[in-house]
Amino acid sequence: MDDDAPVIYGIEFQARTLTAQTAETDAIRFIVGTQSLKHDNQVHLIDFDDENNLINKTVFFHHIGEIWHISASPADLNILSTCYNTCVDGKLQTRAAVWRIPRCAEVGEAETGEDAGANPLALDLLCHLESNNQTSTTSSVLWEPMGDGTKVITLADNHLLCWDLKESSTEAVLSNSLSVEGKGQLRFTSGRWSPHHHCCQVATANDTTIRGWDIRTMSQVYCIDNAHGQLVRDLDFNPNKQYCLASCGDDCRVKFWDTRNTTKPMKMLEDHSHWVWSVRYNHAHDQLVLSSSSDSRVILSNMASISSEPFGPAMDEDDEDEEGTSEKRVDEKREPLADSIIATYEEHEDSVYAVEWSSADPWLFASLSYDGRLVINRVPRTVKYNILL
Amino acid sequence: MIEEEEEEKRKKKKKNRMKKKKSRKKTRKKKTRRKKNTFDLTGQTMAALERESGEEASAGSGRRPHGRLKEFYGVAEKDDPCDIDGAKFEPDVFMSKLRRECGLAKLMDFESDMVRKIRLLDSDMQTLVYENYNKFISATDTIRKMKNDFKKMEDEMESLAANMVSITEFSGKIGATLQDRRRQITKLSGVHTLLRKLQFLFELPALLSCCVEQQKYAKAVRYYSRAQDVLQQYKHMPSFHGIQDDCEVIVAKLALSLRSRFQDRDVQASELMECVDLLLQLGEPADQLWEEFLAHASTRIQHDLQLLQAELGSEQAPPSDILDFVDKGCNGFIGDLCLVIASYQELFVANANQQQATLAQAKLLKFVKTHMESYFGLVELRLQEERGLGDNTLLVRALDRFHRRLQALTRLLPGSIVASQGLEIVERAAKMRLAQYGIAMQEFFSDCVTDARQALATPRSVGKDLPSLVDLLAQLSTALLNKVKAVLAEVQLFCSKDITFSVKSYFKGDFCTQGVREGLVVGFVKHMCQVACQFCEPTRERAAAPPALLLLLSRLCLDYETSTISYILTLTDEQFLGQNGTPVTSVSSLCGEVRAAAQKLLNHYVKQQGLSISQMLRKSVETRDWVNTIEPRNVRAVMKRVVEDVTAIDIQVGLLYEEGVRKAHSSDSSKRTFSAYSSSRQQSRYAPSYTTSAPMDTSLLSNIQKLFSERVDIFSTVEFSKVSVLTGIIKISLKTFLECVRLRTFGRYGLQQVQVDCHYLQLYLWRFVSDERLCSVLLDEVVGSTLQRCLDPVSMEPSVIEVICERG
Repeated sequence: MDDDAPVIYGIEFQARTLTAQTAETDAIRFIVGTQSLKHDNQVHLIDFDDENNLINKTVFFHHIGEIWHISASPADLNILSTCYNTCVDGKLQTRAAVWRIPRCAEVGEAETGEDAGANPLALDLLCHLESNNQTSTTSSVLWEPMGDGTKVITLADNHLLCWDLKESSTEAVLSNSLSVEGKGQLRFTSGRWSPHHHCCQVATANDTTIRGWDIRTMSQVYCIDNAHGQLVRDLDFNPNKQYCLASCGDDCRVKFWDTRNTTKPMKMLEDHSHWVWSVRYNHAHDQLVLSSSSDSRVILSNMASISSEPFGPAMDEDDEDEEGTSEKRVDEKREPLADSIIATYEEHEDSVYAVEWSSADPWLFASLSYDGRLVINRVPRTVKYNILL
Repeated sequence: MIEEEEEEKRKKKKKNRMKKKKSRKKTRKKKTRRKKNTFDLTGQTMAALERESGEEASAGSGRRPHGRLKEFYGVAEKDDPCDIDGAKFEPDVFMSKLRRECGLAKLMDFESDMVRKIRLLDSDMQTLVYENYNKFISATDTIRKMKNDFKKMEDEMESLAANMVSITEFSGKIGATLQDRRRQITKLSGVHTLLRKLQFLFELPALLSCCVEQQKYAKAVRYYSRAQDVLQQYKHMPSFHGIQDDCEVIVAKLALSLRSRFQDRDVQASELMECVDLLLQLGEPADQLWEEFLAHASTRIQHDLQLLQAELGSEQAPPSDILDFVDKGCNGFIGDLCLVIASYQELFVANANQQQATLAQAKLLKFVKTHMESYFGLVELRLQEERGLGDNTLLVRALDRFHRRLQALTRLLPGSIVASQGLEIVERAAKMRLAQYGIAMQEFFSDCVTDARQALATPRSVGKDLPSLVDLLAQLSTALLNKVKAVLAEVQLFCSKDITFSVKSYFKGDFCTQGVREGLVVGFVKHMCQVACQFCEPTRERAAAPPALLLLLSRLCLDYETSTISYILTLTDEQFLGQNGTPVTSVSSLCGEVRAAAQKLLNHYVKQQGLSISQMLRKSVETRDWVNTIEPRNVRAVMKRVVEDVTAIDIQVGLLYEEGVRKAHSSDSSKRTFSAYSSSRQQSRYAPSYTTSAPMDTSLLSNIQKLFSERVDIFSTVEFSKVSVLTGIIKISLKTFLECVRLRTFGRYGLQQVQVDCHYLQLYLWRFVSDERLCSVLLDEVVGSTLQRCLDPVSMEPSVIEVICERG
């Protein structure tokens, strides 16, 4: 029972952005970037000890400005990228950079504790992701999923830029780019790199439209006009099922799309009472979908009907080598869970702008609200067993 | 010869009778003689009897007292031989006893006494004999007289007998003479009739052909059937055979000509019937006849059907009206069919034996069935044509007539199912009509909504169209109600008392509950909800409905929930008393549905209005460079616009919805305006409790504050009141403001501008919301967030803010 209780971690500053340490598959780690205009911003590397329900944190300075977006390299667990604000000559600029976590921190991790907060190290800057001729504001950095950590896409205003990172990521070379032209609000608000099709597709959102791009030809693949009544805030691809895309936005809805049919969403959730800022598929069990909203709630939904396992787990014994091995013969057809809300988490007091699944434990996720509160939660056991067994 | 024998027999009989009469007379004479002898005998016996009775009487009177005494004293009477009066008196014993006991004197006395007694007795006897003798003499006289009378009588009798004999003889003689004549006469008359018959037979062929020529078929058939038996009997005689052959030829011709009438289409049914009757009498096989009869009838009926088909109308000629059509169908087709059925039954069913009758009946049923089917087909085709709603009376009357005639037909033909089939058609027609009404109502509703929409859209200026909202609502609801009532009244026609099919309970029950109540009324309300809900769905094709329309429909739905539905349903239930117990949608569930629709509409209204305001706010925050802005001099125009819009919405909602309840403490409005948000107040509130380290700035403080305030659901359902609606809209707007502010970075003057704006909003918005604290909490949060997002957080003096705000 106590195992299911949420673990709360407080950060002194406001924070908007959160990512799992994607390359790490053993330890449960999250990285949080803070937002403060008056103080030095920090990157918190949070290590969660699942057995003891303890949080170990390592703090690094991010002197250059407040962090609006953070993402971790899928190949190297010490490399991450941030989008940050700097104030140059009374003008605000949002830029992106790739960083390395200082090595000594890894060594000294064992003796972390209060000391780490007291005297944090600064991140090592590897390179900036900006071309000379563009002074645009970068809204997010996308790493190629499952890649070797050398390909990155940045979304800057209405441009989509592809970068090759070279020489241990210390140099970024612009390899390709495209931009959306037309009327209206064309700034990209968010984007997502599809893990399917050899990672050649990227989905982006601007205003109420979702667009899919083929980055080999840099051309538009599909376009979902008016995907949401208002601004689209976030996207996520189903990691286990092709063409499945989830989106959320200011109309309080989470929508699930089949990108082959852009006229109508497959499903729609209307459980939040304010804008939905983030939506995430579980990496292993894609019927589990998280969404976070500025109504300070995180909702875990079960979308079994449109998941890759609509009729319960597949009987592949190679894949399912977890606790369920003792009972291999699960012949009797179990009723798959109906599409429904599994749980609503109300530990936050402020708008929750980010939510992420752990890359190591598929039953665990973290959510971050604006007031700097990070909450680590687990999927309820009953649901877990229902899915596994 | 026979007669002669008989004659002889009769004569013999007569003779016998005569002999018998004579012998009887002789016996009678003997008897009278015997009677005389008996009279003599009786005279003697009577005298002897009288004597005996006299002796008995004297003896009895002397003996009886003794007996009594003896009985009294108990002395048993002994057969005393000495008792002189006793039965066993023995004179010797008495004499010897007397001599032994008595003396001489005594003996003398006894002797004298004895003598005296004997004398007495002798004299008695003498008187008796004398008296009886007189009687005897008179009797003898009487007898003598009688003997004389009888003698005379006997003579007369004898003469009578003689006369009788002579009479008999005469009559016998007469009879014998007349006998021969009589026999001759009877014989002659027999020959005469026979001859007449023969004559008839011989004349028959000529007669028949004459009749046939004159078309007096009935007469011919009568003659023929009379002669037929005789001809059949004496077939073996060649002359008769010839006659028969001739007759048969003629009759065959006759039958042929009769049959030829079948082919004639214009022949009247009665004539036809006569024909068939004659043919039947001629012994034609019935099954063949009924076949032909029906075939003939069918040509006629086919003709009727073709006429009807023509009535259906083609492309050029529009079909005649339904009543006319049904009338024609009834008079032409049904009439003929009835006639056919009636005559058929009379001809083939009524007079035939059991087996034949059932066969014939089956044949008839089949015939009727096939033709009724094609008729029904036509009627249904025609009913399908009835798409317009104008002439409901006509339709109902037409259906009624149709049904009535079918019932009449069923009465003629009890085994047929045409009536139920007809009723099904009626039911289908009624259902179709109901469906048409349903569609008409739905169309009417959508027309109403479109009208309302146009009315709302045309006067573009917000201020002017507002008063018309109430009128529009009234218009809309009365129009709908009237429509419903009108439709109900129209549909009522189907159920009126004088319509035959409405009396059928299974029609009425189904029609009233399923058709009218569920299909029409409930269906309409449900459709209304559905249409209303469609306005809430974000569709790409359709332009979003104007907010005022949402509000209008929401109020309409709410009105339906509170009163109209129950009114309509009560009205329906009163007018259409459905008896059957099929489950019906209850008023409450329907109300629930409508209420849900009203709620949905209102929520959507709030959402839409909130969105339009938040869109303004967002644009204003996103498009401005807040870092490099100038010092605020005025409230930004956007804020004024927001307040204006909210005021307009307030008026709009106020027209249709009640005020609603506010939290109690909001009544102190004067305080409110002056103690509005100010940064100094916030500072003073936070400062004493937290003298914190550098990073723990206002964010933590606001967090703690939030801990104690309730969580606010932004897009939540609202109540049906003005305050609640306005609260919802303002909540949405301010939350958007907050989120937008958090995405920006502010300079000093940017912060101050937000402060001014927020104060202005606070000044004007509090009065619209149910709980003014909500408003101030949200605005505080906006300013708090701005403070955090500010590079150079220097707040403006509250007094300056107030001055700017009051300046407008």
